[in-house]
Amino acid sequence: MTMITEETAKKLLTKVLSFSKADECECNLNGRSAGNIRYARNTVSTAGEESDVVLIVQSTFGKRIGVASINEFDDASLEKVVRRSEQLAKLAPENKEYMPVFGKQEYLDTPSFALSTASVTPEDRADAAGASIMPSKKNKMVSSGFLEEEVTFAAIMNNKGLFAYNTATNVDFSVTIRTEDGKGSGWASQDVTDVKKLDTAKVSQIAIQKAGGSVGAKEMEPGKYTVILEPAASVQLLQNMGRNFDQRSADEGRSFLSNKLDEGEEGPTNKLGQKMFDERVHIYSDPQHPEVPTAPFGQDGYPLKRTDWIKEGVITNMPNSPYWAKKTGMPYIPYGSNIIMAGGDESLEDMIQNTRRGVLVTRLWYIRSLDPQTLLYTGLTRDGTFYIENGKIKYPIKNFRFNESPIVMLNNIEALGKPVRINGNMIPPMKIRDFTFSSLSDAV
Amino acid sequence: MQRRDFIRLGGVGMASMILPVSGIAVSAEQLLDKPMDVAYKKKLADIALNAAKAKGATYADARIGRYLNQFITTREANVDNIVNRESAGIGIRVIANGTWGFASTSNMTPDSVAKTAEQAVAVAMANSKFQTSPVVLAPVKGVGEVSWQTPIKKNAMEVPIQEKVDMLLTANDAAMSNGANYITSILFLVNEQKYFASTDGSYIDQDVHRLWAPFFATGVGKNGFKQRNGLGNPVGMGFEYLDGKEEDKIKISGANVGYKNSYDLVEDAAAAGKQLQAKLKARSVEPGKYDLVLDPAHLMLTIHESVGHPLELDRVLGYEANYAGTSFATLDKWRSGKFQYGSDVVNLFADKTQEYSLGNVAYDDEGVKTKQWDLVKDGILVNYQAIRDQVHMIDQKESHGCCYSQSWADVQFQRMPNVSLKPNEKDISAEDIIKEVDDGIYIAGRGSFSIDQQRYNFQFGGQLFYEIKDGKIVDQIEDVAYQSNTQEFWNNCVKTAGKSDYRLGGSFFDGKGQPAQVSAVSHGCATTRFNNVNVINTARNV
Repeated sequence: MTMITEETAKKLLTKVLSFSKADECECNLNGRSAGNIRYARNTVSTAGEESDVVLIVQSTFGKRIGVASINEFDDASLEKVVRRSEQLAKLAPENKEYMPVFGKQEYLDTPSFALSTASVTPEDRADAAGASIMPSKKNKMVSSGFLEEEVTFAAIMNNKGLFAYNTATNVDFSVTIRTEDGKGSGWASQDVTDVKKLDTAKVSQIAIQKAGGSVGAKEMEPGKYTVILEPAASVQLLQNMGRNFDQRSADEGRSFLSNKLDEGEEGPTNKLGQKMFDERVHIYSDPQHPEVPTAPFGQDGYPLKRTDWIKEGVITNMPNSPYWAKKTGMPYIPYGSNIIMAGGDESLEDMIQNTRRGVLVTRLWYIRSLDPQTLLYTGLTRDGTFYIENGKIKYPIKNFRFNESPIVMLNNIEALGKPVRINGNMIPPMKIRDFTFSSLSDAV
Repeated sequence: MQRRDFIRLGGVGMASMILPVSGIAVSAEQLLDKPMDVAYKKKLADIALNAAKAKGATYADARIGRYLNQFITTREANVDNIVNRESAGIGIRVIANGTWGFASTSNMTPDSVAKTAEQAVAVAMANSKFQTSPVVLAPVKGVGEVSWQTPIKKNAMEVPIQEKVDMLLTANDAAMSNGANYITSILFLVNEQKYFASTDGSYIDQDVHRLWAPFFATGVGKNGFKQRNGLGNPVGMGFEYLDGKEEDKIKISGANVGYKNSYDLVEDAAAAGKQLQAKLKARSVEPGKYDLVLDPAHLMLTIHESVGHPLELDRVLGYEANYAGTSFATLDKWRSGKFQYGSDVVNLFADKTQEYSLGNVAYDDEGVKTKQWDLVKDGILVNYQAIRDQVHMIDQKESHGCCYSQSWADVQFQRMPNVSLKPNEKDISAEDIIKEVDDGIYIAGRGSFSIDQQRYNFQFGGQLFYEIKDGKIVDQIEDVAYQSNTQEFWNNCVKTAGKSDYRLGGSFFDGKGQPAQVSAVSHGCATTRFNNVNVINTARNV
């Protein structure tokens, strides 16, 4: 993909707006260029590259909104897409929750782009896969993995003075390595902004160790255990909790952040300002975080900035929509672009050493909601579950199904380690007491 | 090329629902534009196949696709979103040096198509340096020029938007006036116009239609809130599915209405309102072992997770190990010819031919004529789901015809066909099944579902739960989930109802592969009884 520069994007979008006859017109110009390689059974199975640039035009007449998009950029096409969005707006039903677009905004600088990632070649990908496959073969193990890098840009302009532009890069790598007899399985991953930091050989070494170490798993009775959750094990539970932070759902009485009010009873409808977690819990979003930088604005062009969600265990902010913010007299708080959870200085290894008895969990799988009121989730441990005794990994254990809530988890904290990047978030390893495992699984 | 968006839907309960959306936005009228002329598609396809062969491909196929979507989302009395999308292009797959290569483009000029074919060959050549076992394709005889269309009665794309919006808003109103506090309802329409050509001499033009009209209702009470999702199914039908004919309703006294080949959205939304109020007052289940009677709109997902996925041959062999996992149903178990997957009343079959099903097509995405075959016969594991480059690994000579790609832009691979449980040869009813249960639970609708990466241990919930005492449904209860092991569960299957009760359920967005692709698949079954299943209580104080 030819990256469209800020200057070119500005010129193109100014031209698009010049065709508009609507009350409001806002355009998003988005581009993505990505490459991937997939391997299994120690051999490459598929590989591909894709690139795309799309212009999306939203026109508004009164409270009627129309959206059209196009991937051709000659003058006739630009005018066509504007006209089409205007026609669609005129036909659309009125949106009762319509809110005007934003005017001019100021944005933070974020280090979300790395040139090296934008220069990856198919050979680089093949070499990176090879660095994972070769040691697996050498250890008589079977690897399967996936590597994908992407370069994106986003530009937004409207006829009320807003203009935003950003470029970003991301690399995701994950690998599952199994013993030839299928009795051991290990998994590890790495995601980075700058491909120079990617080390598929090192990551694969962790998976190889876990695979070898998990052979001969013993059965342990289901029950409540002290667990050490690696960041890959807790990240999805935290993301799920984040998705349930919506102010509107809480105000409507259908969220774990709703206050239960009796009929006619007055009072706050949500738990903003209430302490719900251990006071060490501090979770926030920050587009400028050096390890997990993101674009400094969302799809609507509104600036993203550092926002605390939970501080000292207290609900500090809840995301909403411009409509709901206005309706409830609150500031507009957009959803964050990452989850950053503060931790301590301990590494995962330190944490294991400081544990008398516990279960080390590599990751959790097939997580599904059981009760949105209590944020109770179920799922299973996978690819490396170990019993810890007196500071050492004693032996591998069979996988467990868990039925647990992140609310309980974040109240039962024994220790928080040093946060690491996982899926674009910064999450510490956590030692949690009384984590509920409800049954055993034979899966390896 | 392809643009992939994700639409976040708020207010659907458990967590916001994230929907994959492909293609560029167009007007509703453009969804009705005539597809590209078949003769022109043949010409383009031949350009691709010839260009690939000229560069050294020993096999090539081309898929020219036009994929149309319409999504309408409403929330209470508001229309949140109307999305019309179109995505068109060509995907070319080749074998060169014994290795697969793939490339795709939205630029369908002859020159661009030829270059894309050459690119696919170049990819195959580059990847062949890692190839340790060359691709072996099961033979397929060319079928010449043929065409097929989903047997629809009313093309949903032709129904005016206003009529669809009115239907959703009427359903929302019915739910709200019967006890729901909030509701999100959605209409998804899909039309795949796909043309397949291969160097085997096949030119197959297919026009595939699917739709789904789910809703998510919430009731808020003094002590919290409850949710009830719609009991309608995604189907391979036209808008006639939403006619809600009386003959398609199966009423379970004291419980819900099940829907067969048409769905009454407004009636179900009204029932949801009432049932939400009952759920808010219902008592919590006493955990323990129960005999379960599972309605088809629930059991379909249990079949999907515990039979459909573990019998995908690529999972069994390890190709999906890094994503969804592998399978407990290993080749040695199948080879033994004695592996007791379920009790002897359990007969599970795969097909891509059932009328009204999501998987229904005449040919799969590598030109293989579709068919029906047995997976589990009289309880014994007898086969897997496999495509052209896999069947030789299970000593078979003929592809099962279950290869699929979500669009022209993605490479086709093995996807789950419809997997269904054969109904009882005696045509007994759901009520007959319930009548024989002394102490059990009847579960309707799909709820929370989770299963391990080899498909042993699972835990499933539902939408509606009723206590059965002495052959009768007595009380609505709450907080039910059952935990079991796949083999143990299917061996506890004691009886299934007959063909009059047989219904198709389905999954509209089943995910698989890296990068992930979605596919739609149906599962047919009748109301079925499983004995002695472990039921847990999912309520928790925090």
